Amino acid sequence: MKAGTLYLDGVSVVFDGFRALNSLSLVIEPGELRAIIGPNGAGKTTMMDIITGKTRPTAGTVQFGDHDLTRMDEAAIAELGIGRKFQKPTVFDALTVFENLELALKAPRDPWSCLRWVLPPAARRRIEATLAEIGLADRAGARAAILSHGQRQWLEIGMLLMQEPQLLLVDEPVAGMTDQETEHTAALLRRIAGQRSVVVVEHDLEFVRALGEKVTVLCEGAVLSEGSIDRVQNDPRVIEVYLGR
Amino acid sequence: MSATTAETPRLRPTRALILRGLLLAGLLILALLPLLNRLPPDHALHASDFIVSVSGKWMCYAMLALAIDLAWGYAGILSLGHGAFFALGGYAIGMHLMRLIGPRGVYGHPVLPDFMVFLGWTELPWYWWGFQFFPFALLMALAVPGLLAGLLGWLAFRSRITGVYLSIITQAMTYALMLAFFRNDMGFGGNNGFTDFKELLGMKLNTAGARAALFYAALLSLSGAVLLCRHLTRSKLGRVLVAVRDAESRVRFLGYSTVSVKLSVFVLSAMLAGLGGALYVPLVGIINPGEFSPGNSIEAVIWVAVGGRGTLVGALLGAFSVNAVKTWLTSFAPDLWLFALGGLFVAVTLFLPRGLIGLMRKGEER
Amino acid sequence: MRVLCLVMALFLLLAAPLRAQDRFETLAAGLSGGFGAQVETVERLGALGDARALPLLQALGEGRLQKRADGTLLLEQDGTVVEAVAGTPAAPGETVRINNRVRAALRGALGRLQLVAPQEGARLQAADGLFRSRSADNIPLLEQALAREAAPLVRARMELALAASRLVAADEAARRQGIEILSGSGSAEARSLLLEARAANPALAAPIDAAIAAIDARLQIRQAAETVFQGLSLGSILLLAALGLAITFGVMGIINMAHGEMVMLGAYTTVMVQEGFRGVPWLAPWSLPVSVPAAFLVTAAVGVALERGLIRHLYGRPLETLLMTFGVGMILQQAVRLLFGAQNREVVSPAWMQGTLALPGDITVTQNRLWIILFALVVLGLAVAAIRFTRFGLEMRAVVQNRRIAATMGIRTGRVDAMTFAFGSGIAGMAGVALSQVDNVSPNLGTGYIIDSFMVVVFGGVGSLAGTMIGAFTLGIVNKLLEPWAGAVLAKIAVLVGIMLFIQRRPKGLFALKGRAAEQ
Repeated sequence: MKAGTLYLDGVSVVFDGFRALNSLSLVIEPGELRAIIGPNGAGKTTMMDIITGKTRPTAGTVQFGDHDLTRMDEAAIAELGIGRKFQKPTVFDALTVFENLELALKAPRDPWSCLRWVLPPAARRRIEATLAEIGLADRAGARAAILSHGQRQWLEIGMLLMQEPQLLLVDEPVAGMTDQETEHTAALLRRIAGQRSVVVVEHDLEFVRALGEKVTVLCEGAVLSEGSIDRVQNDPRVIEVYLGR
Repeated sequence: MSATTAETPRLRPTRALILRGLLLAGLLILALLPLLNRLPPDHALHASDFIVSVSGKWMCYAMLALAIDLAWGYAGILSLGHGAFFALGGYAIGMHLMRLIGPRGVYGHPVLPDFMVFLGWTELPWYWWGFQFFPFALLMALAVPGLLAGLLGWLAFRSRITGVYLSIITQAMTYALMLAFFRNDMGFGGNNGFTDFKELLGMKLNTAGARAALFYAALLSLSGAVLLCRHLTRSKLGRVLVAVRDAESRVRFLGYSTVSVKLSVFVLSAMLAGLGGALYVPLVGIINPGEFSPGNSIEAVIWVAVGGRGTLVGALLGAFSVNAVKTWLTSFAPDLWLFALGGLFVAVTLFLPRGLIGLMRKGEER
Repeated sequence: MRVLCLVMALFLLLAAPLRAQDRFETLAAGLSGGFGAQVETVERLGALGDARALPLLQALGEGRLQKRADGTLLLEQDGTVVEAVAGTPAAPGETVRINNRVRAALRGALGRLQLVAPQEGARLQAADGLFRSRSADNIPLLEQALAREAAPLVRARMELALAASRLVAADEAARRQGIEILSGSGSAEARSLLLEARAANPALAAPIDAAIAAIDARLQIRQAAETVFQGLSLGSILLLAALGLAITFGVMGIINMAHGEMVMLGAYTTVMVQEGFRGVPWLAPWSLPVSVPAAFLVTAAVGVALERGLIRHLYGRPLETLLMTFGVGMILQQAVRLLFGAQNREVVSPAWMQGTLALPGDITVTQNRLWIILFALVVLGLAVAAIRFTRFGLEMRAVVQNRRIAATMGIRTGRVDAMTFAFGSGIAGMAGVALSQVDNVSPNLGTGYIIDSFMVVVFGGVGSLAGTMIGAFTLGIVNKLLEPWAGAVLAKIAVLVGIMLFIQRRPKGLFALKGRAAEQ
């Protein structure tokens, strides 16, 4: 399989008889930007959990390139180059913005290397460039705890960039953002895609439209429809699910 | 280290300086104590034997406090069994001291300690081999707590046992060890433990010179431990620890193996506690299974809480201040001490979550 | 001719008791004779198996048998004298003297006669005595006694004694019969008898070995049953100690290290109630039943104070709660130590809880442990019922599942928290009442249980009362199974280590909540 391709086939997850994912199949090509939408309980977050190793599938194949993700833990999957931004932004409150990015920076992750770590000048420049990109250059020394909600979202996206992942999973990145911030985020994600694959889970259809890429609609744990936003929006099955019968 | 990555507990420079000054002054006073002890008793600066001996003890406790702080304050691993690592370190050196008694025991057996003769044993058990050599005993004082912590931590961290579950398991560990060491046929002297030590490294233990040497050994080890912890907590590893403490799963999604991060700091912390115990036993001249009691471990946790967890100075401050109050209070109202200690648990958790150091930091937040 | 025979037989039948009477009376007269005659009489009376001879022989042995100059025997009882056979009052006579030969004969005869004594206990003792002394001479005697015996327990023992006697009979068929009967018993004594017989009877080795194997199997079952009972007993104590914790920790998620002290307070409430009732004789036997609600109320009150006063401020900070409640436990312990003293306090078991109970198969259980098992199950049932079927239980479950929504539904969540904590603490207090029956009541009573209780809750699965019950009984039984070959301390350590390893495989315990609800 091509390196950097995310490949899900027949993935099912059952919690106590409840089917969160029902034989889900999905392929994300390297460099692709894909939006995933779906009503509540469609299995979007569970799908992310499966890809990042938080939840183990009951059945099915999950591969990234040639790596079987179902056999790896979260840290190993992240090391492989799959980054995730959570729905609720999680940054390290006790550390500064700069330190948050430094922790995310791609570098040896074992305790001994961390103990002997000295920040190289090139890495410092990269962190500073990222700080500028996410608009937090003047807050570099501030503790993350004092950031606003939007700033935390940005910081988390910045941390994702520092990881230099091949695949980014982004869960509701614009929740709680102003229109301007939303636009900015869409532009950023479009720019990132191309070098890496990006999967965005979002409720905000305007945002999905702004991304202007392929859309997958999930429903009851399986793919309901796939294609451009216009095609999907006119699919009668999608309309039925969203508007009720 | 970059200028923007200041140390984790962010103090205003002046206060940081004051704290650092206090720390250095404290260490200096400690360093002078054995010398002041030599002054004539009526001299104003004379330090009594009692002061010297209790401060020696407290330095060992301070190392235990540092160890707990490293695990709890930085990595969020609240161990209620660190007293066990301390005791294991103490037992390792205790075994060496027992071997050195040689034929001077009550029964005069050339090799076997008295309690083994008393039990009718004729041979030294295999796990006593090698303890006649000081370097081996010292190595064991570090390795045994380290290995135990490694095993327990590996089992616990791997299956993501955190928070109170981990605390309870560590408490169960020290409880189980206490029960085990109370047994006579374990070969560790049963409930009497080890005592009546004669010498260490060629020094007679009951001489003033030996006491001063042990005191300085404790002071050096404590200073070394502080420097080591300081280096560790200011490194990126220290920041990873804090990140693990606050949002462990997020750290995992960043690609850090939190198991190995936590395991390494837990093992180091256990070894530090073991070293504290190893210094403690020659200073106080006795070790028994009571050291394993869960109450001891949790009392040590409260030293750290009182001083202020997540800061190294806090751990030291807590160990010294709580033990000073304990020594003072138990001398004239022993019944009150347990009330005071219990009250300390309540007061610190309710009103001083950041400890005494937190008091200094008040007003700096936000 | 046939009619004559019938008449004769009828006559004989009617005359038999008459003749026995005659024989007893004529024989008894011999007791007043010389030592040689006495020995012979005693032996013959013993062989006769007439219960009336028993008081006579006992009196002879104790120097209470007297005789008049004409040889009539008199019996002295509590200072009054009666004629031995007729039972009419009489003037005292001369004491009948005996020597050691007579005494020896008396012992044998009394042993045999006890077999027909009117008291069941005496007959049981006599059967056991014959079982141990085993002699082929006793066979007819035991057969006679068996024919008359009605009490099943005594019959069983007599049969055993008979089998043991047959084992040493001269007749091989009798010996085989004895072996067969012994193989049906489950006593260690029968086993050693058979072992002895095996050495003496090489020819009978095969059936004896089979019999021994049968006994061994039965002994093993009994031992297993007793171990299981001990395990259940320990399990019930663990269950009681852990049940309150299963509610405060398992359901509410509050880690209460002072839980052990709640148990201790319950035990001290029992002491107080007992001392209060001591002066009133008709109340004294009721002190334990009264202690149960008293202890519940006392510890529930302490629980409310603890939750409202302190714990509430630390919600969402479990590690701080742990340390704080540990401090509270320390204070409670020290307060009790100062008030009541550090030494153990005695709690007396009421009469109906004392003694042992024999179950079929020679299994004996102590009554107080049986009561505690029952009590634990009743308390569990009440706790489950309170959670499932009461308004309070409904509100509690609502608050646990979604505090905010419960609050918007008009549930006063603070009150529910306090009541739930009080409920868990109250159960701990009731556990203290039960523990006062099997453990020393001292200020540090609770410290021994806190770790075990947590292990039970974690092992069973946090949040599941059924898991707590199964966890408690499993741990109790495993502990007791390990004890015989590991010793009590090592068994305990092994259980602790075992739980740690178990949590590796199932971090959420036996009865884990799965799915989204458990993720938080």
